[in-house]
Amino acid sequence: MKAYERVMQARNSHRAMGLFYIQRLLSNFVEMHGDRRYSDDGAIVGGIGLLNDMPVTIIAMERGSTVEERVKRNFGCPSPEGYRKALRLMKQAEKFHRPVICLIDTSGAYCGIGAEERGQGQAIAENLMEMMTLKTPVLSVVIGEGGSGGALALGVADSVIMLENAVYSVISPEGCASILWKDASKAAEAAEVLKITAHDLKKRGIIETVIPEENRTNEEICDDLKAELLKRLEKSAKLPVSKLLEERYNRYRKIGL
Amino acid sequence: MFGLGKTREPENLDVLMTCKACAEQTTYGTLLQNAMVCPSCGAYMRMRARERIDLIMDEGSFSEMDKGLKSKNILSFPEYDEKIQKAMETSGENEAVVCGIGSIEGVKTAIFVMDSHFMMGSMGTVVGEKITRLFERALKDALPVIGFTTSGGARMQEGMFSLMQMAKVSGAVKRHSDAGLLYIAVLTDPTTGGVTASFAMEADITVAEPNALVGFAGQRVIEQTTGQKLPEGFQRSEFLLKHGFVDLIEERKKLKYTLSKILKLHR
Ligand SMILES: [Zn+2]
Repeated sequence: MKAYERVMQARNSHRAMGLFYIQRLLSNFVEMHGDRRYSDDGAIVGGIGLLNDMPVTIIAMERGSTVEERVKRNFGCPSPEGYRKALRLMKQAEKFHRPVICLIDTSGAYCGIGAEERGQGQAIAENLMEMMTLKTPVLSVVIGEGGSGGALALGVADSVIMLENAVYSVISPEGCASILWKDASKAAEAAEVLKITAHDLKKRGIIETVIPEENRTNEEICDDLKAELLKRLEKSAKLPVSKLLEERYNRYRKIGL
Repeated sequence: MFGLGKTREPENLDVLMTCKACAEQTTYGTLLQNAMVCPSCGAYMRMRARERIDLIMDEGSFSEMDKGLKSKNILSFPEYDEKIQKAMETSGENEAVVCGIGSIEGVKTAIFVMDSHFMMGSMGTVVGEKITRLFERALKDALPVIGFTTSGGARMQEGMFSLMQMAKVSGAVKRHSDAGLLYIAVLTDPTTGGVTASFAMEADITVAEPNALVGFAGQRVIEQTTGQKLPEGFQRSEFLLKHGFVDLIEERKKLKYTLSKILKLHR
């Protein structure tokens, strides 16, 4: 499949989204709201639940599958308070020694006047710093679109998993095409050169695992993902925290040179 | 008098430069002596990294790190090789950041200075690597870090490798911070995108130059997304100060004094 076809798949409004994965991955899910500073961002859903018999904190971006839901979720574009809610729940997870699972699905952090007034850049930056030293296992999964810094704000982890038709990019293919060729309609070409598919990123060591999607139902994909998460959490549980954090640091340290 | 950095030596001090704000022409030499501030209207010109180092560091104290690191076209991205080549020629630098160790009023400090004359200060793997190495070195030697930011954001031509630099640098900043060491960021015009969403906003003390554009999203994108007209002064330093995201705004000519004052309060 061409890269841009996967972009279309990743953005498809019928694709399984954050809430679907939360419901199927976990039992006894309890949602928690608000950043304790300003408000509650609908674009990010967070809470605790059981992954098999293990309590975990889950933080998911949700785009919404109906018109009303999409408005409530701001089309999956988080505001600073969404990232601050996520960080609050991560710190809570650290306190109670629960692993953190982040599900990424956004075209990007919200570009609005209020978001800038409340420090969109600062909110993302703080997550990058704090996630790097969060003293509990962190796994991130790109389930749909991984849009730049707004996606990375939930993407500093021990391992990053991608669904096969998910994409993860520094800039949208449309944005790239309009800068590069002054022509947003060349997005398909841009998607190719940016190397944004799960297979491309695995090959380059940016992510660890690709969960196959071809000829699989959403339920089967989710169950494969669950098995992968359990396998990785079992491995992390055996590491002393200092080693876990050393490996997390090195995971990013080695990228690029 | 501010000395000229090595790469600027061939430049003619008598060459006339035009102020974008008031269109007044001034010689480069006069501007340099005036910290690249327009003598007629007070507008701030964007400084090159070496001009900034000459302005801020004690004379002859700066020793550069990793000067030779050059970007590679890792994704074979169209026209990237040519862009790097051109940026090296026009800026006289190998990349969009200059890093090193020197002293400010006698206080030994690690410093990085981004340069918007090199591909708009965009952050690729070399920028990420150089700044990471600087923080790691500062951690090892227990030095404070001062960082001057200016950037159009992550460098699209390096795809996800450039996005990952945000996490990489943030990790190094965090380790330096956890060791109880001081990091001061100085936000200069313009600081946007991935740099704002990482190390520009991770300092203990955040200083900004007056009227610098500092934000995450681009103004045109915000207008298109929201259909709203942007308020006066939106995303300028004074706007960030009002909303609580910078500690202080300092004039360029007083920056060295203010930075040294802060450094000395941390000894
Ligand atoms: Zn002027």
